[in-house]
Amino acid sequence: MTLFLQFAIAGITMGALYSLIALGFVLIYKSSKILNFAQGEFVLVGGYVGLFFITKLGLPIWLGVVLLVATLALLGFVIEKLTIRPLVGQPILAIIIMTLGLSLLINGTVICITGSELGTFPQFIPTAPIKIGGAVFSQVYAWCFGIAVILVALSTYFFLYTRYGLYMRATAESHEVAQSVGIKVRSTFTLAWVIAAAIGGIGGFLLGIIMGVSGDLSEFGLKVFPVVLLGGLESIPGAIIGGMVIGLLENVAAGYLDPLMGGGGHRSFSVYYHGDNPYI
Amino acid sequence: MELPCGVSKSTYAQDMAVVHTRTQWGLLGILLAFLCVLPFFLNSLWLGIVIHTSIVLIAVLGLHILTGLCGQISLGQAAFLGVGAYASTLLCAKLNFPLPISIIGAAIFSGCFGIIFGLPALRVKGFYLAMSTLAAQFIIIYLFIHVRFAGGSQGIFVPIPQFLESKINLYFIIMGTAVLATAFAKNISRTKAGRIFVAIRDNDLAAEVIGIRLSYYKLLAFFICSLYAGIAGALYSLYIGHINYEHFSLMDSIWYLGMLVVGGLGSTSGAVFGVIFISLLSKGTSLLASQMPSLGPQVASTIGIIVFGLILVLFLIFEPRGLSHRWEIFKKFYRIWPFSY
Repeated sequence: MTLFLQFAIAGITMGALYSLIALGFVLIYKSSKILNFAQGEFVLVGGYVGLFFITKLGLPIWLGVVLLVATLALLGFVIEKLTIRPLVGQPILAIIIMTLGLSLLINGTVICITGSELGTFPQFIPTAPIKIGGAVFSQVYAWCFGIAVILVALSTYFFLYTRYGLYMRATAESHEVAQSVGIKVRSTFTLAWVIAAAIGGIGGFLLGIIMGVSGDLSEFGLKVFPVVLLGGLESIPGAIIGGMVIGLLENVAAGYLDPLMGGGGHRSFSVYYHGDNPYI
Repeated sequence: MELPCGVSKSTYAQDMAVVHTRTQWGLLGILLAFLCVLPFFLNSLWLGIVIHTSIVLIAVLGLHILTGLCGQISLGQAAFLGVGAYASTLLCAKLNFPLPISIIGAAIFSGCFGIIFGLPALRVKGFYLAMSTLAAQFIIIYLFIHVRFAGGSQGIFVPIPQFLESKINLYFIIMGTAVLATAFAKNISRTKAGRIFVAIRDNDLAAEVIGIRLSYYKLLAFFICSLYAGIAGALYSLYIGHINYEHFSLMDSIWYLGMLVVGGLGSTSGAVFGVIFISLLSKGTSLLASQMPSLGPQVASTIGIIVFGLILVLFLIFEPRGLSHRWEIFKKFYRIWPFSY
């Protein structure tokens, strides 16, 4: 039971981060029906940009995070304006290839600049472990979980109760109708990319706190797909629940199966095994 | 099809011919002769690049039939190459089959694997199909690592017959297969099945309404695609001599898809152009970067991917119809040059 609790806590924390990253994906898909395979690269860029501002330049954490969000928002803006806008009306294959190409481009550039070296953030979260039941885990998990939950709640509030959230939901419903009541559909698309990039970047920062920043961060972008398939491509609550389920499943499966069968890799297998069926 | 002035066609067979005029036959002959003498003028580095490019060409032609003609997205082509490579090696090494039979067996086995993973295509399309083929990529790689006789993460050594030790013999076998595969792919697009594939791509509902058995033809497309991948994989195993799961990564699947798009979706010449263009470009930039050590090792290792991503993005923005469309424009211009009025 203690062991299970240990896996479950790690799983739920990762799940909250998955939810956060998947939220950005769902946001773009909801407003513009574009599948963003580059969401994982926002995570990667977020991790390294955070590393640059906080560890390299030694800025205070809050300033570093603000600059990180600003940089990522700019990245999202530029990507939408330059590469996604010309593809409006193209078949889905072109859009998939475009975002795949973007993800290669960004990934390659980041690794080229940083050399994919492992970096860590300075210790700013207390290290004393927390005990729940018999399980012991580091405080970092609790913090990251808390921040992710707050961000998810904030985004939900944004969609449900603010003017721009309303614009976005209207655009998602129907482009023509939204346009006819005076909503700027194009700027709504841009806004979706800006927010998605910023959210992905924060996700990368939080993941970097837990496991250090490395080239592996972009793989979390691939995990987003099982999450959104499980939760539904257009559903924000779905992304949240899907993230939790996938995180939990992944950690429990890895925890129990890896010692039995050896070799590792059950983690991603269990995730994709479920991801295979869009109807569950 | 643009033809020179004065060429007239009086029968259906003439109209459907791939090669129309004497000049075109001549050019085709020159091309084949060029391919025959090519290996004797290359050093071993470039010979390896040419061999690898022709293997990739076979894989991309398979993908061309599935994605370009039939419109089904596949993000798992590299994994099917892996199935072919492992199957051929295991048939050859463990069951002592002769090499040609094990290659054919591997191709058919890979094709059947493709049918299994093509089954979701009967229910889903677009993004969901991309996801289920992505899942195929991960599950097949998982099998390579965990199935006992596949050698785990160490991989297995490929028994290579004596006469293939020489790279030139290997070149002739692989290039010959690639040429045959190109001719076959070109002809598939002109058969009943090929036209049905295009109908499914353009509008699957309408295709079903006019009496096409969607499930049969979608699975046929998956079968042919994986068959090509199986052949390519078996040849690849002969080329590298030792296979493990890392040779068949998701990244390779993306490269294949990207080559198809850069060349131009839906045309055989597009697949050929895309493979040659992207292979030469990425190899060229990597070589160039490794010539300049002042840039640092990570530049040399990532420049290929950066250039590839950039090319993909630029092509999708400025020329979504790919190189084959540019080639058509070029031909049209040249046909009436220099008196274009």
